Amino acid sequence: MAEVEEANKPLFAGLSDVSISEDIPVEGDIAVPVSSRGTEDEFSTLDEPVKDTILRDLKAVGNKFVHVMYPKKSSALLRDWDLWGPLLLCVTLALLLQGGSADSKDDGGPQFAEVFVIIWFGSVIITLNSKLLGGTISFFQSLCVLGYCILPLTVAMLVCRLVLLLVSSGTAGFIVRLIIVTASFGWSTFASTAFLADSQPANRKALVVYPVFLFYFVIGWMILTFSPSS
Amino acid sequence: MSEGNKNTNTEPWGGFDDNLIQRGGSAVIDMENMDDTSGSSFEDVGEMHQRMKDEEEVTAEAAATEEEGEGEPGEDGEFLGMKGIKGQLSRQVADEVWRAGKRQASKAFNLYANIDILRPYFDVEPMQVRNRLIESLIPVRMINFPQKVAGELYGPMMLVFTLVAILLHGMKTSGTVIREGTLMGTAIGTCFGYWLGVSSFIYFLAYLCNAQITMLQMLSLLGYGLFSHCVVLFVTYSVHFHSLFYLLWLVIGGLSTLRMVAVLISRTVGQTPRLILCGTLAALHMLFLLYLHFAYHKIVEGILDTLEGPAMPPIQRVARDLPNTVTVLNATMKGLTAGATAILTQ
Repeated sequence: MAEVEEANKPLFAGLSDVSISEDIPVEGDIAVPVSSRGTEDEFSTLDEPVKDTILRDLKAVGNKFVHVMYPKKSSALLRDWDLWGPLLLCVTLALLLQGGSADSKDDGGPQFAEVFVIIWFGSVIITLNSKLLGGTISFFQSLCVLGYCILPLTVAMLVCRLVLLLVSSGTAGFIVRLIIVTASFGWSTFASTAFLADSQPANRKALVVYPVFLFYFVIGWMILTFSPSS
Repeated sequence: MSEGNKNTNTEPWGGFDDNLIQRGGSAVIDMENMDDTSGSSFEDVGEMHQRMKDEEEVTAEAAATEEEGEGEPGEDGEFLGMKGIKGQLSRQVADEVWRAGKRQASKAFNLYANIDILRPYFDVEPMQVRNRLIESLIPVRMINFPQKVAGELYGPMMLVFTLVAILLHGMKTSGTVIREGTLMGTAIGTCFGYWLGVSSFIYFLAYLCNAQITMLQMLSLLGYGLFSHCVVLFVTYSVHFHSLFYLLWLVIGGLSTLRMVAVLISRTVGQTPRLILCGTLAALHMLFLLYLHFAYHKIVEGILDTLEGPAMPPIQRVARDLPNTVTVLNATMKGLTAGATAILTQ
Protein backbone atom coordinates (compact mmCIF):
# COMPACT_ATOMS: atom_id res chain seq x y z
CA MET A 1 0.00 0.00 0.00
CA ALA A 2 2.88 2.30 0.89
CA GLU A 3 4.49 1.48 -2.38
CA VAL A 4 1.33 2.34 -4.12
CA GLU A 5 1.09 5.59 -2.29
CA GLU A 6 4.65 6.43 -3.08
CA ALA A 7 4.03 5.53 -6.63
CA ASN A 8 0.95 7.68 -6.63
CA LYS A 9 2.38 10.73 -4.92
CA PRO A 10 4.79 11.84 -7.64
CA LEU A 11 2.10 11.11 -10.17
CA PHE A 12 -0.37 13.14 -8.25
CA ALA A 13 2.16 15.88 -7.91
CA GLY A 14 2.53 15.93 -11.63
CA LEU A 15 -1.17 16.20 -11.91
CA SER A 16 -1.32 19.22 -9.67
CA ASP A 17 1.43 20.93 -11.62
CA VAL A 18 0.07 20.26 -15.02
CA SER A 19 -3.58 20.65 -13.98
CA ILE A 20 -4.54 18.68 -16.99
CA SER A 21 -8.14 18.43 -15.89
CA GLU A 22 -8.49 22.08 -16.78
CA ASP A 23 -6.57 21.97 -20.00
CA ILE A 24 -7.89 18.94 -21.72
CA PRO A 25 -11.57 19.92 -21.73
CA VAL A 26 -10.65 23.46 -22.57
CA GLU A 27 -8.68 22.24 -25.56
CA GLY A 28 -11.73 20.51 -26.78
CA ASP A 29 -13.83 23.61 -26.27
CA ILE A 30 -11.40 25.91 -27.94
CA ALA A 31 -11.61 23.76 -31.03
CA VAL A 32 -15.15 24.94 -31.55
CA PRO A 33 -14.56 28.70 -31.44
CA VAL A 34 -11.60 28.32 -33.75
CA SER A 35 -13.80 26.97 -36.48
CA SER A 36 -16.36 29.67 -35.95
CA ARG A 37 -13.68 32.30 -36.14
CA GLY A 38 -13.17 31.17 -39.67
CA THR A 39 -16.79 31.87 -40.49
CA GLU A 40 -16.73 35.03 -38.49
CA ASP A 41 -15.51 36.86 -41.54
CA GLU A 42 -18.80 36.13 -43.22
CA PHE A 43 -20.75 37.36 -40.26
CA SER A 44 -18.55 40.34 -39.71
CA THR A 45 -21.37 42.52 -41.00
CA LEU A 46 -22.74 42.34 -37.51
CA ASP A 47 -19.94 44.50 -36.28
CA GLU A 48 -19.98 47.12 -38.97
CA PRO A 49 -21.64 50.44 -38.30
CA VAL A 50 -25.35 50.59 -39.04
CA LYS A 51 -24.79 53.28 -41.63
CA ASP A 52 -22.80 50.83 -43.77
CA THR A 53 -25.52 48.22 -43.63
CA ILE A 54 -28.24 50.68 -44.50
CA LEU A 55 -26.24 52.20 -47.32
CA ARG A 56 -25.47 48.83 -48.78
CA ASP A 57 -29.10 47.81 -48.71
CA LEU A 58 -30.18 51.12 -50.13
CA LYS A 59 -27.69 50.77 -52.95
CA ALA A 60 -29.03 47.33 -53.76
CA VAL A 61 -32.58 48.69 -53.75
CA GLY A 62 -31.57 51.64 -55.90
CA ASN A 63 -29.85 49.36 -58.35
CA LYS A 64 -33.04 47.39 -58.75
CA PHE A 65 -35.03 50.60 -59.21
CA VAL A 66 -32.81 51.40 -62.15
CA HIS A 67 -33.44 47.96 -63.58
CA VAL A 68 -37.18 48.50 -63.30
CA MET A 69 -37.15 51.89 -64.91
CA TYR A 70 -35.14 50.61 -67.85
CA PRO A 71 -36.34 47.05 -68.18
CA LYS A 72 -33.81 45.00 -70.05
CA LYS A 73 -33.59 41.28 -69.85
CA SER A 74 -31.33 41.07 -66.86
CA SER A 75 -31.51 38.75 -63.94
CA ALA A 76 -30.51 41.26 -61.29
CA LEU A 77 -33.98 41.41 -59.81
CA LEU A 78 -34.30 37.67 -59.76
CA ARG A 79 -30.85 36.74 -58.58
CA ASP A 80 -30.59 38.97 -55.52
CA TRP A 81 -34.18 39.33 -54.60
CA ASP A 82 -35.05 41.36 -51.56
CA LEU A 83 -38.30 42.66 -50.20
CA TRP A 84 -37.07 46.00 -48.90
CA GLY A 85 -37.85 47.79 -52.13
CA PRO A 86 -41.41 46.50 -52.39
CA LEU A 87 -42.01 47.38 -48.77
CA LEU A 88 -40.73 50.92 -49.26
CA LEU A 89 -42.81 51.39 -52.38
CA CYS A 90 -45.92 49.90 -50.84
CA VAL A 91 -45.68 52.07 -47.74
CA THR A 92 -44.97 55.19 -49.81
CA LEU A 93 -47.90 54.53 -52.09
CA ALA A 94 -50.23 53.79 -49.20
CA LEU A 95 -49.17 56.98 -47.41
CA LEU A 96 -49.63 59.06 -50.54
CA LEU A 97 -53.05 57.57 -51.13
CA GLN A 98 -54.02 58.37 -47.61
CA GLY A 99 -53.96 62.13 -47.75
CA GLY A 100 -57.14 62.32 -49.77
CA SER A 101 -60.80 62.52 -48.83
CA ALA A 102 -59.81 63.15 -45.27
CA ASP A 103 -63.07 64.80 -44.40
CA SER A 104 -64.57 61.83 -42.65
CA LYS A 105 -63.55 60.75 -39.25
CA ASP A 106 -62.80 57.11 -39.77
CA ASP A 107 -60.47 57.67 -42.68
CA GLY A 108 -56.78 57.05 -42.62
CA GLY A 109 -56.32 53.72 -40.94
CA PRO A 110 -58.43 51.43 -43.10
CA GLN A 111 -57.22 53.04 -46.28
CA PHE A 112 -53.58 52.40 -45.51
CA ALA A 113 -54.34 48.84 -44.52
CA GLU A 114 -56.50 48.31 -47.60
CA VAL A 115 -53.75 49.39 -49.98
CA PHE A 116 -51.22 47.30 -48.14
CA VAL A 117 -53.42 44.22 -48.15
CA ILE A 118 -54.38 44.64 -51.78
CA ILE A 119 -50.79 44.96 -52.95
CA TRP A 120 -49.44 42.05 -50.97
CA PHE A 121 -52.46 39.82 -51.42
CA GLY A 122 -52.57 40.53 -55.12
CA SER A 123 -48.87 39.74 -55.42
CA VAL A 124 -49.33 36.48 -53.56
CA ILE A 125 -52.22 35.46 -55.79
CA ILE A 126 -50.32 36.27 -58.96
CA THR A 127 -47.32 34.36 -57.69
CA LEU A 128 -49.43 31.33 -56.85
CA ASN A 129 -51.05 31.54 -60.25
CA SER A 130 -47.74 31.65 -62.06
CA LYS A 131 -46.45 28.75 -60.00
CA LEU A 132 -49.56 26.71 -60.69
CA LEU A 133 -49.15 27.36 -64.39
CA GLY A 134 -45.76 25.77 -64.23
CA GLY A 135 -43.43 28.67 -63.68
CA THR A 136 -39.86 28.16 -62.63
CA ILE A 137 -39.62 31.30 -60.57
CA SER A 138 -39.61 31.02 -56.81
CA PHE A 139 -42.22 32.52 -54.52
CA PHE A 140 -40.16 35.37 -53.15
CA GLN A 141 -38.53 36.19 -56.44
CA SER A 142 -41.94 36.75 -57.90
CA LEU A 143 -43.03 38.87 -54.95
CA CYS A 144 -39.86 40.89 -55.37
CA VAL A 145 -40.44 41.53 -59.06
CA LEU A 146 -44.09 42.47 -58.65
CA GLY A 147 -43.28 44.78 -55.77
CA TYR A 148 -40.47 46.57 -57.56
CA CYS A 149 -42.59 47.08 -60.66
CA ILE A 150 -44.95 49.24 -58.62
CA LEU A 151 -42.30 51.96 -58.90
CA PRO A 152 -43.70 53.58 -62.07
CA LEU A 153 -47.12 53.76 -60.46
CA THR A 154 -45.68 55.37 -57.34
CA VAL A 155 -43.95 57.95 -59.51
CA ALA A 156 -47.26 58.52 -61.27
CA MET A 157 -48.91 59.01 -57.90
CA LEU A 158 -46.42 61.72 -57.02
CA VAL A 159 -46.95 63.42 -60.35
CA CYS A 160 -50.72 63.19 -59.96
CA ARG A 161 -50.56 64.83 -56.59
CA LEU A 162 -48.48 67.63 -58.06
CA VAL A 163 -50.99 68.02 -60.85
CA LEU A 164 -53.81 68.17 -58.36
CA LEU A 165 -51.98 70.83 -56.41
CA LEU A 166 -51.28 72.94 -59.44
CA VAL A 167 -54.45 72.37 -61.44
CA SER A 168 -57.86 72.14 -59.90
CA SER A 169 -59.49 68.75 -60.19
CA GLY A 170 -61.36 69.56 -63.37
CA THR A 171 -61.60 67.72 -66.62
CA ALA A 172 -58.22 68.88 -67.89
CA GLY A 173 -56.53 67.70 -64.77
CA PHE A 174 -58.39 64.43 -64.99
CA ILE A 175 -57.27 63.84 -68.55
CA VAL A 176 -53.67 64.62 -67.70
CA ARG A 177 -53.79 62.28 -64.76
CA LEU A 178 -55.46 59.62 -66.90
CA ILE A 179 -52.65 59.80 -69.42
CA ILE A 180 -49.97 59.66 -66.74
CA VAL A 181 -51.55 56.76 -64.91
CA THR A 182 -52.19 54.81 -68.10
CA ALA A 183 -48.60 55.28 -69.20
CA SER A 184 -47.17 54.21 -65.89
CA PHE A 185 -49.57 51.28 -65.69
CA GLY A 186 -48.40 50.10 -69.09
CA TRP A 187 -44.80 50.59 -68.03
CA SER A 188 -45.31 48.54 -64.86
CA THR A 189 -46.99 45.72 -66.73
CA PHE A 190 -44.30 45.69 -69.38
CA ALA A 191 -41.50 45.75 -66.82
CA SER A 192 -42.88 42.93 -64.77
CA THR A 193 -43.63 40.91 -67.87
CA ALA A 194 -40.01 41.26 -68.95
CA PHE A 195 -38.98 39.52 -65.76
CA LEU A 196 -41.79 37.12 -65.11
CA ALA A 197 -42.64 35.81 -68.53
CA ASP A 198 -39.22 34.30 -69.05
CA SER A 199 -39.88 31.77 -66.36
CA GLN A 200 -42.99 30.41 -68.01
CA PRO A 201 -43.43 27.91 -70.79
CA ALA A 202 -43.59 29.76 -74.05
CA ASN A 203 -47.24 29.25 -74.88
CA ARG A 204 -48.58 30.27 -71.49
CA LYS A 205 -47.16 33.72 -71.18
CA ALA A 206 -50.51 35.31 -71.84
CA LEU A 207 -52.06 33.38 -68.98
CA VAL A 208 -49.52 34.84 -66.57
CA VAL A 209 -49.52 38.37 -67.96
CA TYR A 210 -53.26 38.82 -67.67
CA PRO A 211 -53.50 38.77 -63.83
CA VAL A 212 -50.52 41.11 -63.68
CA PHE A 213 -52.40 43.44 -66.00
CA LEU A 214 -55.46 43.29 -63.75
CA PHE A 215 -53.38 43.88 -60.63
CA TYR A 216 -51.71 47.01 -61.93
CA PHE A 217 -55.01 48.14 -63.39
CA VAL A 218 -56.58 48.06 -59.94
CA ILE A 219 -53.66 49.97 -58.42
CA GLY A 220 -53.81 52.47 -61.27
CA TRP A 221 -57.53 52.86 -60.68
CA MET A 222 -56.85 53.61 -57.01
CA ILE A 223 -54.33 56.27 -58.02
CA LEU A 224 -56.58 57.79 -60.63
CA THR A 225 -59.57 58.11 -58.37
CA PHE A 226 -57.55 59.72 -55.62
CA SER A 227 -58.79 63.17 -54.84
CA PRO A 228 -57.36 65.22 -52.02
CA SER A 229 -59.45 66.96 -49.44
CA SER A 230 -60.26 70.44 -50.59
CA MET B 1 0.61 -1.97 -10.78
CA SER B 2 -1.48 -4.95 -11.18
CA GLU B 3 -2.33 -4.54 -7.56
CA GLY B 4 -3.25 -1.00 -8.31
CA ASN B 5 -5.37 -2.20 -11.10
CA LYS B 6 -6.90 -4.73 -8.88
CA ASN B 7 -7.38 -1.96 -6.38
CA THR B 8 -9.02 0.17 -8.98
CA ASN B 9 -11.25 -2.66 -9.75
CA THR B 10 -12.42 -2.65 -6.23
CA GLU B 11 -12.67 1.13 -5.89
CA PRO B 12 -15.98 2.79 -6.57
CA TRP B 13 -14.83 4.14 -9.86
CA GLY B 14 -13.00 0.93 -10.59
CA GLY B 15 -16.35 -0.21 -11.82
CA PHE B 16 -15.60 2.02 -14.80
CA ASP B 17 -13.42 -0.73 -16.10
CA ASP B 18 -16.41 -2.98 -16.15
CA ASN B 19 -18.44 -0.28 -17.69
CA LEU B 20 -15.68 0.39 -20.14
CA ILE B 21 -15.73 -3.20 -21.21
CA GLN B 22 -19.47 -3.17 -21.31
CA ARG B 23 -19.48 0.03 -23.25
CA GLY B 24 -17.02 -1.35 -25.72
CA GLY B 25 -19.18 -4.37 -26.06
CA SER B 26 -22.40 -2.43 -26.21
CA ALA B 27 -21.24 0.12 -28.75
CA VAL B 28 -23.27 -1.62 -31.38
CA ILE B 29 -26.27 -1.73 -29.13
CA ASP B 30 -25.84 1.95 -28.39
CA MET B 31 -25.87 2.73 -32.07
CA GLU B 32 -29.14 0.90 -32.36
CA ASN B 33 -30.44 2.86 -29.45
CA MET B 34 -29.40 6.04 -31.13
CA ASP B 35 -31.29 5.01 -34.23
CA ASP B 36 -34.30 4.41 -32.12
CA THR B 37 -36.35 7.54 -32.05
CA SER B 38 -37.38 7.20 -28.45
CA GLY B 39 -35.44 10.23 -27.39
CA SER B 40 -35.20 10.11 -23.69
CA SER B 41 -34.73 6.43 -23.46
CA PHE B 42 -33.00 5.12 -20.46
CA GLU B 43 -30.34 3.49 -22.58
CA ASP B 44 -29.33 6.85 -24.00
CA VAL B 45 -29.20 8.35 -20.57
CA GLY B 46 -27.14 5.50 -19.40
CA GLU B 47 -24.91 5.83 -22.41
CA MET B 48 -24.38 9.52 -21.77
CA HIS B 49 -23.65 8.77 -18.17
CA GLN B 50 -21.13 6.18 -19.16
CA ARG B 51 -19.52 8.50 -21.64
CA MET B 52 -19.09 11.22 -19.07
CA LYS B 53 -17.69 8.77 -16.60
CA ASP B 54 -15.41 7.40 -19.25
CA GLU B 55 -13.97 10.83 -19.96
CA GLU B 56 -13.31 11.35 -16.35
CA GLU B 57 -11.81 7.94 -16.13
CA VAL B 58 -9.47 8.72 -19.01
CA THR B 59 -8.44 11.91 -17.30
CA ALA B 60 -7.84 10.09 -14.12
CA GLU B 61 -5.85 7.40 -15.81
CA ALA B 62 -3.72 9.93 -17.64
CA ALA B 63 -2.80 11.37 -14.32
CA ALA B 64 -2.48 7.78 -13.11
CA THR B 65 -3.74 8.53 -9.67
CA GLU B 66 -5.57 6.14 -7.54
CA GLU B 67 -6.41 7.22 -4.10
CA GLU B 68 -6.16 10.98 -4.21
CA GLY B 69 -7.29 10.86 -7.74
CA GLU B 70 -10.24 8.96 -6.49
CA GLY B 71 -10.85 11.78 -4.08
CA GLU B 72 -10.80 14.69 -6.48
CA PRO B 73 -11.32 13.73 -10.07
CA GLY B 74 -13.47 10.89 -8.89
CA GLU B 75 -15.79 13.21 -7.09
CA ASP B 76 -15.36 15.84 -9.71
CA GLY B 77 -16.01 13.23 -12.27
CA GLU B 78 -19.15 12.19 -10.57
CA PHE B 79 -20.21 15.77 -10.00
CA LEU B 80 -19.55 16.77 -13.55
CA GLY B 81 -21.17 13.59 -14.56
CA MET B 82 -24.39 14.57 -12.81
CA LYS B 83 -24.35 18.05 -14.26
CA GLY B 84 -23.35 16.60 -17.54
CA ILE B 85 -26.15 14.09 -17.39
CA LYS B 86 -28.72 16.72 -16.62
CA GLY B 87 -27.38 19.01 -19.29
CA GLN B 88 -27.20 16.23 -21.81
CA LEU B 89 -30.64 14.99 -20.91
CA SER B 90 -32.31 18.33 -21.17
CA ARG B 91 -30.47 19.05 -24.35
CA GLN B 92 -31.53 15.77 -25.82
CA VAL B 93 -35.13 16.22 -24.79
CA ALA B 94 -35.16 19.67 -26.29
CA ASP B 95 -33.57 18.34 -29.43
CA GLU B 96 -36.13 15.58 -29.74
CA VAL B 97 -39.01 17.94 -29.16
CA TRP B 98 -37.64 20.27 -31.81
CA ARG B 99 -37.18 17.44 -34.29
CA ALA B 100 -40.65 16.05 -33.65
CA GLY B 101 -42.22 19.46 -33.97
CA LYS B 102 -40.39 20.13 -37.18
CA ARG B 103 -41.49 16.80 -38.60
CA GLN B 104 -45.11 17.54 -37.73
CA ALA B 105 -44.97 21.02 -39.17
CA SER B 106 -43.43 19.91 -42.42
CA LYS B 107 -45.94 17.10 -42.72
CA ALA B 108 -48.81 19.50 -42.18
CA PHE B 109 -47.29 22.00 -44.56
CA ASN B 110 -46.83 19.42 -47.27
CA LEU B 111 -50.38 18.28 -46.79
CA TYR B 112 -52.24 21.59 -46.69
CA ALA B 113 -50.03 24.15 -48.30
CA ASN B 114 -49.18 21.89 -51.16
CA ILE B 115 -50.36 23.84 -54.11
CA ASP B 116 -49.64 20.89 -56.31
CA ILE B 117 -53.11 19.72 -55.35
CA LEU B 118 -54.48 22.54 -57.44
CA ARG B 119 -51.99 22.21 -60.23
CA PRO B 120 -54.09 19.95 -62.49
CA TYR B 121 -56.90 22.49 -62.48
CA PHE B 122 -54.66 25.17 -63.89
CA ASP B 123 -53.25 23.13 -66.69
CA VAL B 124 -54.64 25.09 -69.60
CA GLU B 125 -53.49 26.76 -72.75
CA PRO B 126 -54.55 30.25 -73.77
CA MET B 127 -56.33 28.77 -76.77
CA GLN B 128 -58.41 26.54 -74.56
CA VAL B 129 -59.37 29.42 -72.33
CA ARG B 130 -60.39 31.53 -75.28
CA ASN B 131 -62.42 28.69 -76.77
CA ARG B 132 -64.19 28.07 -73.51
CA LEU B 133 -65.00 31.73 -73.11
CA ILE B 134 -66.66 31.78 -76.48
CA GLU B 135 -68.41 28.48 -75.91
CA SER B 136 -69.93 29.79 -72.70
CA LEU B 137 -72.17 31.96 -74.84
CA ILE B 138 -73.23 29.21 -77.21
CA PRO B 139 -76.03 26.99 -75.95
CA VAL B 140 -75.64 23.35 -76.80
CA ARG B 141 -78.32 21.51 -78.68
CA MET B 142 -77.87 17.96 -77.56
CA ILE B 143 -79.42 17.49 -74.19
CA ASN B 144 -79.93 13.75 -74.29
CA PHE B 145 -76.26 13.09 -73.88
CA PRO B 146 -74.27 14.36 -70.89
CA GLN B 147 -72.30 17.31 -72.07
CA LYS B 148 -68.64 17.55 -71.26
CA VAL B 149 -67.73 20.23 -68.76
CA ALA B 150 -64.11 21.16 -68.41
CA GLY B 151 -62.92 21.17 -64.84
CA GLU B 152 -60.47 24.02 -64.68
CA LEU B 153 -60.20 26.91 -62.32
CA TYR B 154 -57.98 29.37 -64.13
CA GLY B 155 -60.67 30.78 -66.37
CA PRO B 156 -63.29 31.20 -63.63
CA MET B 157 -60.83 32.81 -61.24
CA MET B 158 -59.63 35.29 -63.84
CA LEU B 159 -63.22 36.08 -64.73
CA VAL B 160 -64.09 36.78 -61.10
CA PHE B 161 -61.15 39.15 -60.78
CA THR B 162 -62.07 40.79 -64.05
CA LEU B 163 -65.58 41.29 -62.80
CA VAL B 164 -64.19 42.95 -59.68
CA ALA B 165 -62.06 45.24 -61.83
CA ILE B 166 -65.03 46.11 -64.03
CA LEU B 167 -67.17 46.94 -61.02
CA LEU B 168 -64.48 49.27 -59.73
CA HIS B 169 -64.13 50.79 -63.18
CA GLY B 170 -67.86 51.40 -63.10
CA MET B 171 -67.46 53.33 -59.89
CA LYS B 172 -64.80 55.47 -61.49
CA THR B 173 -66.76 56.41 -64.56
CA SER B 174 -69.72 57.42 -62.48
CA GLY B 175 -67.51 60.12 -61.05
CA THR B 176 -68.47 59.92 -57.43
CA VAL B 177 -65.95 60.60 -54.75
CA ILE B 178 -64.85 57.18 -53.79
CA ARG B 179 -63.14 55.58 -50.89
CA GLU B 180 -61.45 52.78 -52.64
CA GLY B 181 -60.89 50.49 -49.78
CA THR B 182 -64.43 49.78 -48.81
CA LEU B 183 -65.51 49.45 -52.40
CA MET B 184 -62.72 47.03 -53.11
CA GLY B 185 -63.74 44.86 -50.22
CA THR B 186 -67.38 44.97 -51.22
CA ALA B 187 -66.60 44.19 -54.86
CA ILE B 188 -64.35 41.27 -54.04
CA GLY B 189 -66.76 39.95 -51.48
CA THR B 190 -69.73 40.18 -53.83
CA CYS B 191 -68.06 38.51 -56.78
CA PHE B 192 -66.32 35.76 -54.92
CA GLY B 193 -69.34 35.23 -52.73
CA TYR B 194 -71.55 34.81 -55.74
CA TRP B 195 -69.18 32.44 -57.48
CA LEU B 196 -68.48 30.22 -54.51
CA GLY B 197 -71.83 30.52 -52.79
CA VAL B 198 -74.11 29.98 -55.75
CA SER B 199 -71.89 27.16 -57.01
CA SER B 200 -72.17 25.41 -53.69
CA PHE B 201 -75.91 25.97 -53.54
CA ILE B 202 -76.53 24.65 -57.03
CA TYR B 203 -74.22 21.74 -56.33
CA PHE B 204 -76.28 20.96 -53.26
CA LEU B 205 -79.47 21.13 -55.31
CA ALA B 206 -77.86 18.95 -57.93
CA TYR B 207 -77.06 16.45 -55.25
CA LEU B 208 -80.70 16.48 -54.17
CA CYS B 209 -81.93 16.25 -57.74
CA ASN B 210 -79.51 13.48 -58.59
CA ALA B 211 -77.68 15.37 -61.27
CA GLN B 212 -74.33 14.10 -62.36
CA ILE B 213 -72.05 17.01 -61.85
CA THR B 214 -69.10 17.47 -59.57
CA MET B 215 -68.31 20.53 -57.50
CA LEU B 216 -65.34 21.37 -59.67
CA GLN B 217 -67.46 21.22 -62.79
CA MET B 218 -70.10 23.40 -61.19
CA LEU B 219 -67.52 25.98 -60.18
CA SER B 220 -66.12 25.93 -63.67
CA LEU B 221 -69.52 26.20 -65.33
CA LEU B 222 -70.71 29.09 -63.23
CA GLY B 223 -67.37 30.79 -63.47
CA TYR B 224 -67.47 30.78 -67.23
CA GLY B 225 -71.04 31.99 -67.02
CA LEU B 226 -69.66 35.15 -65.45
CA PHE B 227 -68.17 35.99 -68.83
CA SER B 228 -71.54 37.28 -69.95
CA HIS B 229 -71.74 39.47 -66.84
CA CYS B 230 -68.32 40.90 -67.56
CA VAL B 231 -69.20 41.71 -71.15
CA VAL B 232 -72.55 43.29 -70.35
CA LEU B 233 -71.24 45.40 -67.50
CA PHE B 234 -68.18 46.51 -69.42
CA VAL B 235 -70.29 47.66 -72.35
CA THR B 236 -72.89 49.41 -70.24
CA TYR B 237 -70.31 51.22 -68.15
CA SER B 238 -68.73 52.56 -71.29
CA VAL B 239 -71.90 53.34 -73.17
CA HIS B 240 -74.54 54.60 -70.82
CA PHE B 241 -77.75 53.66 -72.53
CA HIS B 242 -80.38 52.22 -70.35
CA SER B 243 -82.31 50.30 -72.96
CA LEU B 244 -79.05 48.91 -74.23
CA PHE B 245 -78.52 47.33 -70.86
CA TYR B 246 -81.88 45.59 -70.95
CA LEU B 247 -81.21 44.30 -74.43
CA LEU B 248 -77.80 42.99 -73.54
CA TRP B 249 -79.14 41.56 -70.33
CA LEU B 250 -81.67 39.51 -72.21
CA VAL B 251 -79.48 38.48 -75.10
CA ILE B 252 -76.06 37.83 -73.63
CA GLY B 253 -77.24 36.92 -70.18
CA GLY B 254 -79.88 34.72 -71.72
CA LEU B 255 -77.39 32.92 -73.96
CA SER B 256 -75.10 32.20 -71.11
CA THR B 257 -77.95 31.01 -68.94
CA LEU B 258 -79.23 28.78 -71.72
CA ARG B 259 -75.85 27.17 -72.06
CA MET B 260 -75.55 26.44 -68.35
CA VAL B 261 -79.11 25.21 -68.22
CA ALA B 262 -78.62 22.92 -71.22
CA VAL B 263 -75.53 21.38 -69.68
CA LEU B 264 -77.37 20.75 -66.46
CA ILE B 265 -80.40 19.31 -68.21
CA SER B 266 -78.20 16.93 -70.12
CA ARG B 267 -76.93 15.62 -66.82
CA THR B 268 -80.23 15.31 -64.99
CA VAL B 269 -83.00 12.79 -65.30
CA GLY B 270 -86.65 13.58 -64.71
CA GLN B 271 -88.77 16.62 -65.41
CA THR B 272 -89.15 17.99 -61.90
CA PRO B 273 -85.50 17.84 -60.92
CA ARG B 274 -84.57 19.48 -64.19
CA LEU B 275 -87.10 22.21 -63.60
CA ILE B 276 -85.97 22.91 -60.08
CA LEU B 277 -82.30 22.94 -60.87
CA CYS B 278 -82.42 24.94 -64.01
CA GLY B 279 -85.03 27.35 -62.78
CA THR B 280 -82.95 28.21 -59.76
CA LEU B 281 -79.78 28.63 -61.74
CA ALA B 282 -81.43 30.78 -64.39
CA ALA B 283 -83.09 32.99 -61.81
CA LEU B 284 -79.94 33.51 -59.79
CA HIS B 285 -77.80 34.16 -62.82
CA MET B 286 -80.05 36.74 -64.41
CA LEU B 287 -80.93 38.42 -61.16
CA PHE B 288 -77.28 38.78 -60.27
CA LEU B 289 -76.61 40.72 -63.43
CA LEU B 290 -79.60 42.93 -62.72
CA TYR B 291 -78.39 43.46 -59.21
CA LEU B 292 -74.90 44.37 -60.30
CA HIS B 293 -76.14 46.99 -62.67
CA PHE B 294 -78.77 48.61 -60.51
CA ALA B 295 -78.66 47.76 -56.88
CA TYR B 296 -74.90 47.57 -56.54
CA HIS B 297 -74.63 51.24 -57.23
CA LYS B 298 -77.33 51.90 -54.72
CA ILE B 299 -75.67 49.85 -52.06
CA VAL B 300 -72.42 51.59 -52.76
CA GLU B 301 -74.08 54.92 -52.44
CA GLY B 302 -75.55 53.81 -49.19
CA ILE B 303 -72.08 53.01 -47.92
CA LEU B 304 -70.84 56.38 -49.06
CA ASP B 305 -73.71 58.11 -47.34
CA THR B 306 -73.16 56.23 -44.13
CA LEU B 307 -69.45 56.79 -44.04
CA GLU B 308 -69.25 60.32 -45.23
CA GLY B 309 -72.28 61.46 -43.35
CA PRO B 310 -73.68 64.96 -43.31
CA ALA B 311 -70.22 66.48 -43.64
CA MET B 312 -70.37 65.61 -47.30
CA PRO B 313 -71.32 68.66 -49.35
CA PRO B 314 -74.37 67.73 -51.35
CA ILE B 315 -72.94 68.95 -54.61
CA GLN B 316 -70.41 66.13 -54.66
CA ARG B 317 -73.07 63.53 -54.32
CA VAL B 318 -74.82 64.41 -57.52
CA ALA B 319 -71.61 64.93 -59.47
CA ARG B 320 -72.33 62.07 -61.83
CA ASP B 321 -72.24 61.97 -65.55
CA LEU B 322 -75.20 59.63 -65.85
CA PRO B 323 -78.18 61.96 -65.57
CA ASN B 324 -80.20 59.88 -68.02
CA THR B 325 -79.65 56.72 -66.12
CA VAL B 326 -80.47 58.38 -62.85
CA THR B 327 -83.71 59.79 -64.13
CA VAL B 328 -84.76 56.58 -65.78
CA LEU B 329 -83.61 54.55 -62.83
CA ASN B 330 -85.52 56.70 -60.42
CA ALA B 331 -88.56 56.52 -62.62
CA THR B 332 -88.26 52.78 -62.90
CA MET B 333 -87.78 52.25 -59.21
CA LYS B 334 -90.60 54.59 -58.36
CA GLY B 335 -92.83 52.84 -60.83
CA LEU B 336 -91.90 49.44 -59.48
CA THR B 337 -92.37 50.52 -55.90
CA ALA B 338 -95.69 52.13 -56.66
CA GLY B 339 -96.80 49.04 -58.53
CA ALA B 340 -95.72 46.77 -55.72
CA THR B 341 -97.49 48.88 -53.15
CA ALA B 342 -100.60 48.95 -55.27
CA ILE B 343 -100.59 45.19 -55.60
CA LEU B 344 -100.00 44.65 -51.91
CA THR B 345 -102.67 47.03 -50.78
CA GLN B 346 -105.27 45.55 -53.10
